[in-house]
Amino acid sequence: MCILKKDVRAYYLKPPNISWGLLFPLVWTGMFFVKFGTGSESILSLLPGMVSISILFGTTSMLAVTVTFERKAKAFERLLLAPVPLGLLMLAKTGGAILFGIVNAVVPLLVGFFLADLSSVVWGAVVPAVVMIAIVSTFLGLFIAVSVSEVFEAQTFSNFFRFPMMFLCGLFFPVEELPVFLQPFSFVLPLTYGVDILHGAIAGKNMMSLSFDFLMILLFALLLFLFTLRNIHRKWIT
Amino acid sequence: MRRPDIVSAERLFRLGKKRGELRSFTGLSLLTIAIAVWMLVVRRGGGLFSEIDNTIAMSEVCIQVSGLRKSFGNVVAVDGISFEVMNGELFGFLGPNGAGKTTTINMLTGLARPDAGTLVVGGIDCTKNPKSAQHLIGVVPDESNLYPELSGYDNLCFCGGLYGMRASERRARAFELLELFGLAEAAGRKFAGYSRGMKRRLTIAAGIMHSPTILFLDEPTTGIDVQSARLTRDMLKALHRSGTTIFLTTHYIEEAERMCDRIAFIVEGRIVRTDTVENLLKPFQGREVVQISVSAPGMLNLQQLVDVFPEYGVHKGERGEIRIESPVPVKVGRLVRFLEEQGAEVTEARKKLQSLEDVFVRVTGLDTATMNKEKEKRAKK
Repeated sequence: MCILKKDVRAYYLKPPNISWGLLFPLVWTGMFFVKFGTGSESILSLLPGMVSISILFGTTSMLAVTVTFERKAKAFERLLLAPVPLGLLMLAKTGGAILFGIVNAVVPLLVGFFLADLSSVVWGAVVPAVVMIAIVSTFLGLFIAVSVSEVFEAQTFSNFFRFPMMFLCGLFFPVEELPVFLQPFSFVLPLTYGVDILHGAIAGKNMMSLSFDFLMILLFALLLFLFTLRNIHRKWIT
Repeated sequence: MRRPDIVSAERLFRLGKKRGELRSFTGLSLLTIAIAVWMLVVRRGGGLFSEIDNTIAMSEVCIQVSGLRKSFGNVVAVDGISFEVMNGELFGFLGPNGAGKTTTINMLTGLARPDAGTLVVGGIDCTKNPKSAQHLIGVVPDESNLYPELSGYDNLCFCGGLYGMRASERRARAFELLELFGLAEAAGRKFAGYSRGMKRRLTIAAGIMHSPTILFLDEPTTGIDVQSARLTRDMLKALHRSGTTIFLTTHYIEEAERMCDRIAFIVEGRIVRTDTVENLLKPFQGREVVQISVSAPGMLNLQQLVDVFPEYGVHKGERGEIRIESPVPVKVGRLVRFLEEQGAEVTEARKKLQSLEDVFVRVTGLDTATMNKEKEKRAKK
């Protein structure tokens, strides 16, 4: 808990990060709504992508900074020296980014709330989907942060995942409409399943069953987390 | 533009289907979480929430290292070292840069895994699970690695939190340490704004925040001002008196001599000698050393000196100074007169007390100039 509190104070509540967390989703949302109009139908079809992209960029960027920066300044060693199991330590370390991702998701949802009728939205699926997307994106960010040693490398490596995910995971272009040779890539990316839940819960246009989507995103989160723990063991406790 | 307030039968059907799916999702989620918990907690000993053994096996030996070895690629950083540190002892680990001091500390504290050998810290075998004894130890790394964005007080409280201290305990201990280290006035200032000496003092305070049984200090006084270094040494002495076992690495030989009960010399990953300061100095007791500095030392013929004064051991130092060692009192006046008759201009002649530095030079074969250069380099850093 103290790690989470420290991270929130030291990183997430800093003005640049607050503005990044609010402005980035606002700008994306505004940009797309201007382009595609603010009619309910377009808002309902755009919201899943807006929510997902806000979480993805927010979480991966923050993890790249907090973990890589602390690692570089050797402050991360302080955490590794604490008598806390590594798994718990990393959950605490990622907790702040998960919360940050969820806050990022709230911005486009609020905008959507003011511009469209969201009464048909199944919030019981939206909320856990947002949480799961935040978790899986954070763990992806952690995986990236552990794989590199410099902050700029983390940002570059993040883009290697983030930009293809924008096009391949059904955020704004349905996966079924992608060229056939690209579709397999969509299904090995965790965001595809999160976005599908949101499409289903917000616009009723899910491609797979929600249970399958949730199961897949949970599995991806688990695998990414375990793989990252293994990497930390191998790379940081040499 | 179609408003979604007119919900079609098909959409209602889809929503109903979604709610059914949500129920099965809940079941699946619980199953996945159960599998995850099993994998992390039960299957792996050092899993997510594994209990930490808080028992300290009480014995005379606090740290036991046997055949410890660590390589990085082709470079052997630590080459099969063995030593013991007793409970309550202040143990010095002395060697030049790159000798393997930090790598040894990293293995002892759980930041590195040994390639071979065994490690027992506080009675707990940490060879396989490096984290198993971390609740007993405090570490002061060679660099001040606290959080620049947090204040001195918040940094200490955070460190206490990592060791499970309660909020009230953390507050009281943080104020106590800030007072003790002369940082009370800077308690609310960000760590980033501290001077180097203040940073070092706060890093040491952070290392002892949770009152560890064993304290590892890696070069604690390197690069700080005289006042901070003195304060740090006084603090360490007080901790030592209170019964804390201290493992100190340093390349300040005089510091080790002044503070340590026992010292190990490590050179190129190997321990070349371990003993008490008293025993290390014993072979030099009763011997007198005189160091003479001359201008233009190259012109001197040392053999003549040896011929005239056969009872003295004559050595030439790194910077041209002459070092005379003798089991009998050295006649400095005669020596100086002889040298001046040889055409040398004597600029300084002084009797030296035997120090650990002499032992170090003799045991390791390393000259003190190398060590001094390293000191300067690190201080600049």
